Amino acid sequence: MNTPAPTQRFPLPSSLRVIPGTERAQAAYPYLTQFTEADDDRFWFYNSMHFPEPMCAFDMVTAEAAYCALGSANTRVHSLPTTLGIDHRIINGRVYIGGNAVTDPAEIARRTAEFQKRAFYYYANWETLHAQWHEKMMTLIRAAQALPKLELPDFEPLEHVHAGRGVASNHYLLDTYQKTLEGYFRMWHHHFEFLLLGYGAYLTFFAFCKKAFPEITDQTIARMVAGIEAEIFRPDDELRRLARRAVELGVDAKFETLRSAEETITALQQSGAAGQAWLDDLEASRHPWFNINVGDGFYHYHRAWNDDLSMPFACLPEYIKRVKSGESLERPIERLRAERTELIEGYRELLNTDEDRAAYDQMITLAHRVFPYVEGHKFYCEHWYTNLFFNKIREFGALLAAHGFFPDTEAVFHLTHYELEMAIVDLMSSWSNGSAPRGPAHWPGIVKERRAALQEWAKHVTPPALGPVPDVIDDPAIVMLWGITRENLNAWLAADSGADSNEVRGFAASSGVVEGPARIVKSVKEIARLQQGDILVCQITNPTWAPIFQTIVAAVSDIGGSMSHAAIVAREYGLPAVVGTGNATARIKDGQRIRVDGGRGVVTILG
Amino acid sequence: MAVSEVAAWFADIGLEDRPEVGGKGGSLGELQRAGIAVPPGFVIKTGAFRRFIEALERDAPVRSDIEALTGSDLSATVARCNEIRARIESEAFPPAVLEELTSAYSALCRGSGGPVAVRSSATSEDAVDASFAGLQDTYLWVTDLNQTVQRVRSCWASLYSPESVTYRRRRGLPEEAVAMAVVVQKMVDARTAGVMFTRSPLTGDRSVVTVEGSWGLGSAVVGGEVTPDRWVLAKITGEISVRNLSDKLIKHVPVPGGGTQSVSVPEDLRRAPCLSDAELQALRTIARQVERHYGRAQDIEWAVERGTDNLFLLQSRPETVWSAKESAPVARPAADPLLHIMSIFGGKQ
Repeated sequence: MNTPAPTQRFPLPSSLRVIPGTERAQAAYPYLTQFTEADDDRFWFYNSMHFPEPMCAFDMVTAEAAYCALGSANTRVHSLPTTLGIDHRIINGRVYIGGNAVTDPAEIARRTAEFQKRAFYYYANWETLHAQWHEKMMTLIRAAQALPKLELPDFEPLEHVHAGRGVASNHYLLDTYQKTLEGYFRMWHHHFEFLLLGYGAYLTFFAFCKKAFPEITDQTIARMVAGIEAEIFRPDDELRRLARRAVELGVDAKFETLRSAEETITALQQSGAAGQAWLDDLEASRHPWFNINVGDGFYHYHRAWNDDLSMPFACLPEYIKRVKSGESLERPIERLRAERTELIEGYRELLNTDEDRAAYDQMITLAHRVFPYVEGHKFYCEHWYTNLFFNKIREFGALLAAHGFFPDTEAVFHLTHYELEMAIVDLMSSWSNGSAPRGPAHWPGIVKERRAALQEWAKHVTPPALGPVPDVIDDPAIVMLWGITRENLNAWLAADSGADSNEVRGFAASSGVVEGPARIVKSVKEIARLQQGDILVCQITNPTWAPIFQTIVAAVSDIGGSMSHAAIVAREYGLPAVVGTGNATARIKDGQRIRVDGGRGVVTILG
Repeated sequence: MAVSEVAAWFADIGLEDRPEVGGKGGSLGELQRAGIAVPPGFVIKTGAFRRFIEALERDAPVRSDIEALTGSDLSATVARCNEIRARIESEAFPPAVLEELTSAYSALCRGSGGPVAVRSSATSEDAVDASFAGLQDTYLWVTDLNQTVQRVRSCWASLYSPESVTYRRRRGLPEEAVAMAVVVQKMVDARTAGVMFTRSPLTGDRSVVTVEGSWGLGSAVVGGEVTPDRWVLAKITGEISVRNLSDKLIKHVPVPGGGTQSVSVPEDLRRAPCLSDAELQALRTIARQVERHYGRAQDIEWAVERGTDNLFLLQSRPETVWSAKESAPVARPAADPLLHIMSIFGGKQ
């Protein structure tokens, strides 16, 4: 790939305009996230990996909480030598982020010394600290589950009065809200406690393999490191198990493609002991494994399977069909383990010297020790905990809606978390004073305006990056978490200048060549449009989309590296995938015939 | 065929016989010994060549005449070469040699007549082998015994081409040591043929097998007359990471009366892959088997027989380019394994 002239750059932040008519919705985002002129000097990229759609005012709490935690882990806790945290800015509901690299050699040296006292301790005591992490995370989940129901009774319960509790119910609204928010911010600290270190060990092995075997594919290295029993595969595994049980129990006929989850459950309830036995099995699977949401946990409307059974139930008929045709659908754990060992041994043998082999052994051993965290944390953090969090906020939405603040429960997500506290205090005051709350006259108009703004923003394509192109992306956090390298920035720039090419390039994530009609899926709600044989073209997928991988024949995403979810799931299903294309959803039209070459990372638009 | 100094079947020879059967002959024997399918055949050994030259020497000197050349006087060299080659072309075969060639040929072709390939098989084994070997000849689709005898003679004569002789004179190689074996093997009418490398010619990567192939006989690929399709397969997993299908304009095909010709590839096949994934995987398996047998990286010529799935190897020789520049280890073990991660976190080193 040619290195572009140094003058080449993306549009400047100051050249981006707030879409006319949405200025007030834009102003709702915190002042610290608004672009200023000084931001023109820095490089920013659109974080479409985590925020592929315009973000509701409330959901922006995720960016705030996550970057506070990521930054503190990098900057203050582990002291990564060459990188500090991530700054974020919001425009038209889109989140742009920029890294803070450390370039002064003396400062790198100072941070390196600290890093080796801190991060090395983590690596050396990984298993103990990780077990402790799991405990901390479960404690946090239990605390969130134990938060009280929201109640504003007419009179304070008599027993509270006689017991001398001395604190009235309205205080618990604020208390619960603040605890909810506190728990979410804390969860993100847990999330980043190990993450960068885990990726770092993986990338160390990755870089070694790339040097020793210049033509090895990313996915081969990923397969050598990947765990066999990662939590993230469990929800899909549970679905497969339930499909087998349905056949075993003879209730498989109750699952029909077009039947809703509710209708299916009713039908099972009416089919005697066998139906009940299956429903008992469903309950066992649901807790905790259906605490997985259909997105990446960054949008309140990415509901968990537990809250909306339509996704898992939509996939059951296909799985049942496969069971009946003789497939076991069980992941062959032992075989997968043996294959991984064979792979590692095979490459080891090909190394040139004993010294190489000794270094290889050291690196793969470390990667295997630490990588389970990278694979497992998402289930607890982005899924289970995040579902609890958004559902608690939803309870506030229901309460406020009942008091006339909002037209509906979901409207609560159009307030920032700062504004929501204000609305809660408004309700608390009115309950205590006996006067009418002010909110019902204040919020409905604002919610309406912000809903309209989100719809408007979604119609506009936003640039993949802003500002001057850095010479190198030497920030390990950005490379690890977003897969952004100088090479794919060049590809984005090239896509901008030569839009006539019929090729879209990205990371080779899972090999194979397939042709088919493209189905552009910009949000989870559109998943139902996918037909057998389609090629999924999306901004990003995640493991809860796994069941739809039995329908599609290939996947293409705008964002993601070879360890992104789309890549992992595609490899799991043996489908070709190209990820990190930057703009496939903008360049490919729905229904267009395309060819996906997952081994080369090229998508060709055929017609 | 009894053990003879004139001819030997592939089954009875191996690499250690190279002084008598040449590099190509030894390699074909060795491959067959390793259980790899090669088109059946035999070698007319250097002993046959020596007998022939000695018969020639009885009439007039050959080797001393060559050694008398300076190597710098081109016209004298050309004149002397032409004269010796004319003598080789007209000299009768020693009866014992003709007899063994005839009987081996009949056994090989079982009365069907060819076609066979007649290929010179040089005996020099040093690093210059490749360029030296390049001066020698291969004759494809040779259809009967008379032609075969004639082509064996031509292979011998190729040792006395001005290029070959000049080369030897420049290096001062003694003519006494110069000998030529000739491979005679059943010709595979290839649907697809090409080469493969058990080490990437591009990067030296040992973990991939690079396969290049095109329609028809392999001579079009080896001679650089067509841009072949190119695939890169992971040696361990078989994953195909590169598929470059090229516009294959021409192919080499046999001429019924003998020899080959270049013809255009029909429009609909030009951009079609010349190998299926199953064939690519079969080639990968063979590549690994051959590499393991030799204990070092190999450059291999292969062919798929028309109308069948049969894969044959036509040649395998050690890879020389990357093996010659072995480099330092990519990484060395660290006293503390954790230090490795500084390669990621420590910034540009």
